[in-house]
Amino acid sequence: MSHQLLRVENLKKYFEVKRGIFGGRRIYVKAVDGVSLSLARGETISLVGESGCGKTTLGKTILRLYEPTDGKILFDGKDITHLGLKELKWYRRETGLIQQDPFGALPPFMTVKRILEEPLLIHGFKNRREREERIYRVLEQVRLTPIEDFINKYPHMLSGGQQQRLVIARSIILEPKLIVADEPVSMLDASVRVEILKLLQDLQKRYNLSVIYITHDISTTRYFSEKIYIMYAAHIVEGADTREILHNPMHPYTRALLNVIPDPDPSNRFTFKEVPAGEPPNLINPPVGCRFNPRCPNFIKGLCDVKEPPSIEVNKGHYVKCWLYG
Amino acid sequence: MDGNLLNIINLVMYYRTIKGEVKAVDNVSFSLHKGETVAIIGESGCGKSSLAKSIIRLLPRNVSVYKGKILFNGVNLLDLDEEVLNKEIRWTKITYVPQAALNSLNPVIKVGDQMIEPLILHQKMDKKEALERAAKVLRLVGVNDVFLNHYPFELSGGMKQRVIIAMSLLTNPELMMLDEPTSSLDVLTQASIMNLLKKIKKEMGLSMIFITHDVALSSELADKVAVMYAGQIVEFNSAEKFYSNPRHPYSQKLMESVPTLRRDKELGFIPGSPPSLLNPPKGCRFAERCPLKFGKCLEDPPIIRLNGGSYVKCWLYEKG
Repeated sequence: MSHQLLRVENLKKYFEVKRGIFGGRRIYVKAVDGVSLSLARGETISLVGESGCGKTTLGKTILRLYEPTDGKILFDGKDITHLGLKELKWYRRETGLIQQDPFGALPPFMTVKRILEEPLLIHGFKNRREREERIYRVLEQVRLTPIEDFINKYPHMLSGGQQQRLVIARSIILEPKLIVADEPVSMLDASVRVEILKLLQDLQKRYNLSVIYITHDISTTRYFSEKIYIMYAAHIVEGADTREILHNPMHPYTRALLNVIPDPDPSNRFTFKEVPAGEPPNLINPPVGCRFNPRCPNFIKGLCDVKEPPSIEVNKGHYVKCWLYG
Repeated sequence: MDGNLLNIINLVMYYRTIKGEVKAVDNVSFSLHKGETVAIIGESGCGKSSLAKSIIRLLPRNVSVYKGKILFNGVNLLDLDEEVLNKEIRWTKITYVPQAALNSLNPVIKVGDQMIEPLILHQKMDKKEALERAAKVLRLVGVNDVFLNHYPFELSGGMKQRVIIAMSLLTNPELMMLDEPTSSLDVLTQASIMNLLKKIKKEMGLSMIFITHDVALSSELADKVAVMYAGQIVEFNSAEKFYSNPRHPYSQKLMESVPTLRRDKELGFIPGSPPSLLNPPKGCRFAERCPLKFGKCLEDPPIIRLNGGSYVKCWLYEKG
């Protein structure tokens, strides 16, 4: 494997929600609670989980848009966990974010050109010609062509797919090494979704980008990423190569997730799906032991509700956080 | 009429805006048997929700054209007096669950009091009787009836959606229209709501119109599928035929763009975007994006009947 770009060790991000008037006990939402993963240069991984599982917080903490509570983030061998604002500017240039809602992510009173010029100005591209060259090149790459038709438009004049192309263009214009794509296609229509995913894939190959693809939709991951990490209640509960996860899911939560996703098939309407009862836990006060234990069909009393399972390597490169394999 | 609960013939609904007339529903026809579910699928802005609202005459204020026939048990809903429609059909025989309805529960009124309102207003029940009915329906959708005395914020998203579904079942409707009932829910919650809808369909034998943009999900409920594009139904087919062999080029491309978990396939997409409903092209509305277009597509394609009540609106299937 090529060299490691990103390494996350036991990362935690807690948000304080309430404090007693007289400095009583502090209450935290533990949005990311001890996550480790690594990413090679040019590698694409997916973070899959339901809303509120902490996947977006994890992505944003990795980009240092949040200050980590504990743990370590190594990027290109440098420890960036607690970098100050000044040094972070370098890291900002090496990383990019693609948000879920393209319209919300674009400033409404700036033209396409201005939106793309902004990061270049911030990062000291003083030569106007050079800035323009870069803007044209990147618009070409995200296929917002003919460029003259787009460059002076405002975001509201673009369709959803075009807006998302612009967000992608902005995220790669500084030629970063790492992109976090947070639900980049979930607001788009089905027919456009694949087009945007394919575009991302092209750019990923062209620039040898490392991409963290965050999604709740496990069915798109197989077309896009080499590895999948499944998140549940602020933990990564399973991680392996995409094919391995899809063909040999081991964690009961992963199995449940895969089981309920339909492929278009008229016989679906005659069968009922098995769905684990209950809801994901509150992250202020998660269950003791395995966090999935109250909903788990394979629950072992006296073990799963007492002790947190370790991350166990069941096959080569296939990790499961579950006592069934311990 | 031959067991048809609903028969829609050439329904048209346009509304006027500053920019011009929006042709949201443009000459739509289909029929639905008793106990059958039709899924209406299509991209956002294709007129799916407008169609559903047109069926129970929930029209926008700026409506400019509204014509055609909606035969419900043989009675044309367009001919009915507003008062009669309100009393006998709307929210009674036909119920409608709009998109994101779970967020429209009133936060300061107890679940039970919100549920019984239509029973007291429309069906003149007394409060006690209405609450009993509400409790019964709530249990049916898998929510404990103690929640009648709770406020909406005490319920999770999935439970709110169950309450909404219960509300639409209160009056024992013959037709239930659901607009994206699971779009804001998580995957597992979505699956349990789909289970519930299947159970209701099986046990109560009512007909449903299920509106969704999610092709894979539509197969969880649909007996028939109607594909909408730019205000028109371009294909109407049985589930068996549609999911294995869609006929209209748009349906085919749409199906290609659906990622599958269990089968390997190359994903496709449709370049371009749907035409504006303000000024749709004269001929086939999909022609501009269609890989199979030919000379004739400049003219509006007719509805071409296939076997078993199915049809497709495409010149490729013209006979002779």
